[in-house]
Amino acid sequence: MSVITSASGTEWEIVSGLEVHCELATATKIFCSCANQFGEEPNTNVCPVCLGLPGSLPVLNEKAVEYALRVGEAFHFTVPAQSVFHRKNYFYPDMPKNFQTTQYDEPICEHGWLEVDGVRLGITRAHLEEDTGKSMHMGGAGGRIHGASHSLIDYNRAGVPLLEIVSEPDIRSSEQAAAYVDELRSTLKAIGVSDVKMEEGSLRVDANVSVRRIGDTGFGTRCEIKNLNSLKSLRDAMDHEAARQIEILEDGGEIRQETRLWNENEGHTASMRSKEEAYDYRYFPEPDLVPVQPTDELRAHVRATMPELPAARRTRLMAELSISEQDARTLLSTDGLADFAEAAVVLGAPPRDAALWTTQDVSAHLNVLGGGATVEGLDPGLLVETLQLVSDGLVSRNQGKEVFAAALAGEGRPAQIVADRGLAQVSDSGALGAVVDEVFAANSAAVQEWRDGDDKVRKKKRGFLMGEAMKALKGQGNPQLLNQLIDERLAD
Amino acid sequence: MTSSPARLTRSDVEHVAKLARLALSDAEITEFTEQLAVILEHAALVSALDTSDIPPTSHPLPLVNVLRADVVKPSVGRDELLTSAPDAESGRFRVPRILGEAP
Repeated sequence: MSVITSASGTEWEIVSGLEVHCELATATKIFCSCANQFGEEPNTNVCPVCLGLPGSLPVLNEKAVEYALRVGEAFHFTVPAQSVFHRKNYFYPDMPKNFQTTQYDEPICEHGWLEVDGVRLGITRAHLEEDTGKSMHMGGAGGRIHGASHSLIDYNRAGVPLLEIVSEPDIRSSEQAAAYVDELRSTLKAIGVSDVKMEEGSLRVDANVSVRRIGDTGFGTRCEIKNLNSLKSLRDAMDHEAARQIEILEDGGEIRQETRLWNENEGHTASMRSKEEAYDYRYFPEPDLVPVQPTDELRAHVRATMPELPAARRTRLMAELSISEQDARTLLSTDGLADFAEAAVVLGAPPRDAALWTTQDVSAHLNVLGGGATVEGLDPGLLVETLQLVSDGLVSRNQGKEVFAAALAGEGRPAQIVADRGLAQVSDSGALGAVVDEVFAANSAAVQEWRDGDDKVRKKKRGFLMGEAMKALKGQGNPQLLNQLIDERLAD
Repeated sequence: MTSSPARLTRSDVEHVAKLARLALSDAEITEFTEQLAVILEHAALVSALDTSDIPPTSHPLPLVNVLRADVVKPSVGRDELLTSAPDAESGRFRVPRILGEAP
């Protein structure tokens, strides 16, 4: 439970449900064979079906159905025997037909759930529908609709398959909302149904937000917030909206049920339309599309081809690699990172080291390369060989990091890099012992101070002797052996 | 269902006309209220029947799962599309000023 304490000291909590629109990564649109492709020249992926021209007929994309069933499987949905499409009627030029084809009272998925940080959050339904076109408002200030003289429409996106995933009002904080979307997003990506890019609009979130005093069990009047383009805007908008509602309620006012737009630049929500202005969409069954009854065969195929889901994989990685949940999340946050670590383990690397070196050093390598760099093509054998050099004592851990970075950058195999750079650490105890003897002889005062000193002095002097020895070895002494030799000499 | 629905009123017709963006005169509203009421009452005769054993019909055709393979086919050329549009600009459909926000 996440408590918000108002200025007057009253404790409140958020009650929220989210609507997530996910563009499905099919090759074609949902009802026609035009390409489903982001970023093309305007109106180049458009046909009479997209435009709803007289005589054109929609035909449902089988892949969109399969993807919806994959989502059904991933989030424990019930898949009803039959689902049906409806027309949602409204007047707005982003749909040239004056209606959007969507599902209404018979969606393809019902009653699912998703677990976030140990809490099970209900998902009411997931339904298939078509995305709308994109408008540009011209002649007004800053591309806004108000004051515009006319608008220009690109229908490339009209007809792109969408799955709208509607949660129960089970969410109690903005952090939980963000965690829900994050888990939803990584799962949708793992099951291969969407590229889930919020910045390109392939995953869009609307948040229904109300507040209530801690201890209350009823629901307050909610507002729907639109235009949330990142997890940060989702969190910020929900927190801001909750604060706005709490202030109104504590002043004795009432919340007006309305749709509000998040203004990212100004950091607040503003009213878009009230409940009274809400649309009456006059839903009716789409006569041009027949019902969908997912076959047992298709459902079995979907079940047989489901990958390991992120939550399950996270738990497995934590156990098999002996790493924290945070490290497991890091491994899974970049494509291929966890695969790299697991491949290194299969090739013989110690699991925990393989995981941690991957999260730190492979990530660092990708960061150096910058945007667009991928794990693909990187050889996990380089990590296995580097870790072997470290465990054999040929290089120190820090030198190992340098070797691994160079190997990832394409300088060669780790052993070759060690030779080329003259990095091999001295692990010959005879040679190291001679150096330690020299250091003790040259610093007899420090050795005496160690013998006379308390723990604090001893620690300091010991560190000094170690530093002198390492300096004499130009940093290439095996630190474990050196430590051992210094301890032996001091104990004499 | 046993009781028949309440008779269609003028305000129902005004509401539906507004949703459909139809500007109707008073005389037309009177005329259509009368005509639509007769149609609805005719359809309401069905509710006198016992339909408890009959599954709801979503579609008049005895068909389900009419599906298409997910294979791209060429779209119509943009120039051809925009030629039949009332107005175009910069490769896009040009529409008059929009009154109101997106739904």
